[in-house]
Amino acid sequence: MSDNNEKRDDLDYETTGHSWDGIEEYNKPLPKWWLMIFYACIVWGIGYTIAYPAWPGVKTATAGLLGWSTRANVEQDIQNHEASLAPINERLASVELTAIADDPELNTYAQNAGAAVFRTWCAQCHGSGAAGATGYPNLLDDDWLWGGTMEDIHYTVSHGIRNEQDADARYSEMPAFGRDELLSREEIAQVANFVMTLSGETPPSPDLVEAGAEVFDFNCSSCHGEDGTGDRFQGAPNLTDAIWLYGGDYDTIHETVFNARFGVMPPMGGADLNEAEIRAVATYVHGLGGGEASEE
Amino acid sequence: MADTNQTAPSLYEAREPIFPRRVSGKFRNLKWWLMAVMLGIYYITPWLRWDRGPELPDQAVLLDLAGRRFFFFFIEIWPHEFYFVAGLLVMAGLGLFLFTSALGRVWCGYACPQTVWTDLFILVERWIEGDRNARLRLHRQKKWDVRKLRLRVTKWLVWFLIALATGGAWIFYFTDAPTLAVDLVTGQAHPVAYTTMLVLTGTTFAFGGFAREQICIYACPWPRIQAAMMDEDTLTVGYRDWRGEPRGKHRKGPGAEALGDCIDCHACVNVCPMGIDIRDGQQLACITCALCIDACDDVMEKIGKPRGLIDYLALSDETRERAGAQPRAVWKHVFRPRVILYTALWSLVGVGLVFALLLRPDVEMTVAPVRNPTFVVLSDGSIRNTYDVRLRNKHGEDRPYALAVEDNANLVITLEGEDDLVVDVPANETYLQRVYVTAPGGTPEAQAERTEFVLRLEDTTTGHVAEKETVFNGRDN
Repeated sequence: MSDNNEKRDDLDYETTGHSWDGIEEYNKPLPKWWLMIFYACIVWGIGYTIAYPAWPGVKTATAGLLGWSTRANVEQDIQNHEASLAPINERLASVELTAIADDPELNTYAQNAGAAVFRTWCAQCHGSGAAGATGYPNLLDDDWLWGGTMEDIHYTVSHGIRNEQDADARYSEMPAFGRDELLSREEIAQVANFVMTLSGETPPSPDLVEAGAEVFDFNCSSCHGEDGTGDRFQGAPNLTDAIWLYGGDYDTIHETVFNARFGVMPPMGGADLNEAEIRAVATYVHGLGGGEASEE
Repeated sequence: MADTNQTAPSLYEAREPIFPRRVSGKFRNLKWWLMAVMLGIYYITPWLRWDRGPELPDQAVLLDLAGRRFFFFFIEIWPHEFYFVAGLLVMAGLGLFLFTSALGRVWCGYACPQTVWTDLFILVERWIEGDRNARLRLHRQKKWDVRKLRLRVTKWLVWFLIALATGGAWIFYFTDAPTLAVDLVTGQAHPVAYTTMLVLTGTTFAFGGFAREQICIYACPWPRIQAAMMDEDTLTVGYRDWRGEPRGKHRKGPGAEALGDCIDCHACVNVCPMGIDIRDGQQLACITCALCIDACDDVMEKIGKPRGLIDYLALSDETRERAGAQPRAVWKHVFRPRVILYTALWSLVGVGLVFALLLRPDVEMTVAPVRNPTFVVLSDGSIRNTYDVRLRNKHGEDRPYALAVEDNANLVITLEGEDDLVVDVPANETYLQRVYVTAPGGTPEAQAERTEFVLRLEDTTTGHVAEKETVFNGRDN
């Protein structure tokens, strides 16, 4: 230890001149450029608060001389982004509907843009995964009320269903057979039992089925078809498959016949979505697994 | 001792300029060679070409950040293989531990860019302004006459050109070098390229020309960290004070016996690029560049004393030599458990990386079952699951990949947008394909909660196969 101390004295270190109870502090000077950088940072900091928004006031902060604003930047970014997408959107809006799938670049763009449109405008009713809910069709399956080709989906998205805003909306109305006393309670029970057999389910009262078939033939077949397979032209559901929009149990079918159903979808064309967005979301929905090939 | 009347000393000090004298010797030669090799690698690498086919860049070493690919000769790193880069960084870290524990701050003295570029800048300085004494005179000359101005401007200009080339070479690693070079000259390169170049030119110019040893002493964390990896067996540059002291002017005849070998000629101090006296002992500012060894050996030879007054030596040798014993052999210092451990770890990571590289699959896929919803009932009552399958084609051309469900006849596979089970994956892309697997209504798979199955991918061109286990969610889910 003592050897060490002697060496230090040899080195002739200066002290800072500070002394506390005989304890002194060696002076190991900091480089001057370091000090200069410190001052430069202070100057820079002052300049920065003048140039950019900085000092908080009561309601707002100083705006800064450069007029810099994140909000304006984001708006500019969005504008630039949209401008950069303009050519492909134009192409998407103008090609044949069926040609979108054949163009890999357009198809990829439409699928992704459509997914974004779907999550913004459609997911509220159809669910974020497009699986729908009671009364809101599942868009993943292979069953379509109004058709599952690109053209059909495009029309449905554009004009909606049974709404009052769009004169071209898809429209049909099922009579409320019970509420409007078109059928007796007995007949409704009969036809509900019969309808269950169409999709192979076992009805609660099999003895009513035969009479129900007759009721169906007179009252329902004009829309749902003689064999119950429905009619897409009128949006009349296929009653023979395993998919039920409102439910396939006896009580639900009875309710449907008695009070009817009137599912409404708003038109997305016009004010809400432009043509490119409609085509994008139609492409997306068509590609969810149930899309049907267009007729030649 | 504290005298209150005494004016307080400044807590800050200006940089004391250092004028290292020219030196020659074996370490100086080694450093020239290393400098030439390392600068050569740095400047030339981006210009090397490597043919990868028409779809891929032909630059041998390219960090394509925009395209998210790293190219290194025959190796191509995709983002999901970033562990290779992490592995290399681990190796670099362990390598530094290894070298530091064996040879002290050998990185600082020989390979650190700050050292290499400063060395180069000092060389330029010497060529233009002359050796140490001439430079000192020029520095002390207050008047800026034509000669001083000419020398200074020439020196700064050459420094600036070197700095420009340094900053310029850096950006060539990130994009096609010949294209960028033309763009740079014609003013069409991206502002980021110019800014990067400008910043690196500025730092090279300032760090190599003016800051020099200040970076090592005040800015760099390595000197502090490396001290923790050194021990008494680490070989480092030291002064044999038991042989050199008491120092004194070289003389012959009476009184010569009382003096040590050090003739206090300051050769070691004059050549030091850090401006320190190695005879004060190992210190933070010493980067172990070994130039003082060359300088001292030269002097010792002239006065007919044995070489090695300043030498690579370990701390443990000091006690041994003071006791009159021979220092331990170099290999005995180097081969000790800690060095062997570092070497073993370093090799382990290296071998692991090489194996990972060789065993890298040609065909890759990831399977993500869509869980929103977990299954869909189709109109015929069958149950369908959807999978987002990502197919990776690392080849330079489009490849048809065939998908299949392995060993389960009840699970029927179909592909979105495809009529068959073959999908064309574009070259050098990860392609997202929606895959449907359907189980007919009555099957156990449709009824059960979940069924495990294997999705099989085959590159129909090469026959390479990738398999992924996944699950099928049934009605009970």
